[in-house]
Amino acid sequence: MSDPHQHSTGDSSASGGGTKPCVNCGCAGKTATRDARRGFMFRFGAALLGVGGAIAAVPILGTLLAPARRQSSSWVSLGPADAFPTGQTRFATFLNPIRQPTDGDAAKTACWVRCISPGKYQVFAVNCAHLGCPVRWFAQSRLFMCPCHGGAYYEDGSRAAGPPPRGLFEYPWKIDGGNLLIEAGHLPGLEQST
Amino acid sequence: MFSLAIDWVEARTGAVAFIAPLLTHHVPRNAKWWYVFGSATLMFFTIQIVTGVCLATLYAPSAAEAWESLRYIDEQVPFGWMLRALHGWSSNAMVVMMAIHMLQVFLHASYKFPRELNWVTGVFLLFTVLALAFTGQVMRWDQDAYWGLGIGASIADRIPVIGNQVRGLLLGGPIIGGETLSRFFALHVFVLPGAAIGLVGLHLALIMKNGISEMPKVGATVEPATYRAEYEKRMEKDGVPFYPDAAQRDMVFCGACLVLLVVLAAVYGPFGPGGQPDPTLIDTNPRPDYPFLWIFGAVSLLPPASETAVMLVAPLVGVLVLVAVPFLANAGERAPSRRPGMVLIASLAVMAIAALTWEGKTSPWSPIMDGWSALPTPGHFLTGRTPLQVQGANVFQFAQCRNCHSLDGLGGERGPALDAIATRMTPDQLMRQIQQGDGNMPAFGRNLDSAQMTALVSFLTTLRPEFEAPAVIPGAQLPLPVRRMPGEVSTPVAAGSQ
Repeated sequence: MSDPHQHSTGDSSASGGGTKPCVNCGCAGKTATRDARRGFMFRFGAALLGVGGAIAAVPILGTLLAPARRQSSSWVSLGPADAFPTGQTRFATFLNPIRQPTDGDAAKTACWVRCISPGKYQVFAVNCAHLGCPVRWFAQSRLFMCPCHGGAYYEDGSRAAGPPPRGLFEYPWKIDGGNLLIEAGHLPGLEQST
Repeated sequence: MFSLAIDWVEARTGAVAFIAPLLTHHVPRNAKWWYVFGSATLMFFTIQIVTGVCLATLYAPSAAEAWESLRYIDEQVPFGWMLRALHGWSSNAMVVMMAIHMLQVFLHASYKFPRELNWVTGVFLLFTVLALAFTGQVMRWDQDAYWGLGIGASIADRIPVIGNQVRGLLLGGPIIGGETLSRFFALHVFVLPGAAIGLVGLHLALIMKNGISEMPKVGATVEPATYRAEYEKRMEKDGVPFYPDAAQRDMVFCGACLVLLVVLAAVYGPFGPGGQPDPTLIDTNPRPDYPFLWIFGAVSLLPPASETAVMLVAPLVGVLVLVAVPFLANAGERAPSRRPGMVLIASLAVMAIAALTWEGKTSPWSPIMDGWSALPTPGHFLTGRTPLQVQGANVFQFAQCRNCHSLDGLGGERGPALDAIATRMTPDQLMRQIQQGDGNMPAFGRNLDSAQMTALVSFLTTLRPEFEAPAVIPGAQLPLPVRRMPGEVSTPVAAGSQ
């Protein structure tokens, strides 16, 4: 276990450099060897840490960054299409198709369904295009109004007044087996021109 | 016996050698009551940690159960409501105390050499604490929390190119849901408190290293080359030990703050939770907590065209400016009377935040969503009116005009009050305004039929004080030089009223 090079020349730090030959075996210099070995050990350890860290980083970064990528939506039914009378705008709710087990009530989603004529619809997200607050439909004045900053929209979803930079977000829709389906999932936002 | 125990511990830890200088180090004699705010902030932070740990033993950080668990804490756990009240009130108190502390440091220019990094760590602490306040609001997981996150997501969405990704990282997914709450829980109880504790330690270490700054005196300028030596000489000669000379004031002030906190918490109780976080319950009026009302106000008052730029750039500029303060001026005069510009900036900042907080609290730009159905039409606007005018009053309510316009001070304030609108606008102008709207008013041309429109305008033309004349088109009664197109038939000039 003892170091064969550690002997008569005394303490290596006091020997003033690693140039003295080793008395036992005549090797070039014990300190140089030891420094080299320590340097190697340190680099070897660092490499091990690097490899281990890189592998461990996969699940860590994966967990933290995954939400940045996940953008999916799928078709979800709002019920029979004829439940939405022509010329009217009705409130509808659905369970978000990409909900997680722990979402609770937050998985419920609301939207406004406008039936322009039989078989022709517009489905609006409730989220105001300004900052996402829920807009409400007023059938009398045929306007959507937002409670936060006073954004207002006409019945076709186009911007009527206030700070919103655009009209209401719309979901793609289709009729399938007499049901009104919309393509939903992600929270509507400005970058997505749904 | 006791001292033996102390010696035993000291021999193994060096605790006394570490703590003793903290207590005995000399601080300026003249500091008096100015320097108690930092200690009070630290006390509130300690209360946050203790009550926060207790709440974490009761709270269920799951989107499906969080709201129920808060109601359980409030209503079933013995003194659970008081625990939540203490945590909520102490949170607001901490933000306020921190702001006062920062204001005092700014006004006294205590951030100058060698305390630049004291200031910088303080700025980071400020943003850490504000982040704790925002994530704490999310922990309440009620309607305000849900829609508040929606607002945060909408702002993130406006970031060019990577907006969607940033929003996904913020929410932990494409919607506000279970992973959103878990993400904010991890921030609120692990990441941010850890960061805050580290920063507080650093902040205190820097205070020990650089000493407490003296009260500013006109002419006592900071010269980086000689400051430290002279400061140490002055403390040696004229300073007083922190304990008990300065500590006594800290103790009294912190004690008073704590008593006030306990009283506020016991009397006013916990904050929320508000309505349950069900996004299909859209009959809601989301508002942020107090520390963010001023931002809510500012965002609402911005011209829409500048909004995105300001919302995205202003926070960055704010952080940069605050961090840069001690580097822009780290020497020279500290006395407020010699730094009038700085005093002006501080005053303007305080007034702006106070005014915007008030605006955010009252939010006059928000329509009153049930104004049209809930508010009575004042009787004196109806008596002696023709059936057409009364019908117009009906349309006025029915078409939700009242949501944005008030009569007798009742109604929305988004649009102007209409008590005397007939003195400002002629019937033709009223008709045009209602039909076409403008930037802040929807056009009702497609939404009201001509009978409703006629009735509405006829009602509005009665809205004027008895002895004030109705509006006329300026100069309409004068014989105007009329330029006619070739072939146009001459028509008499309307006299500005019906």
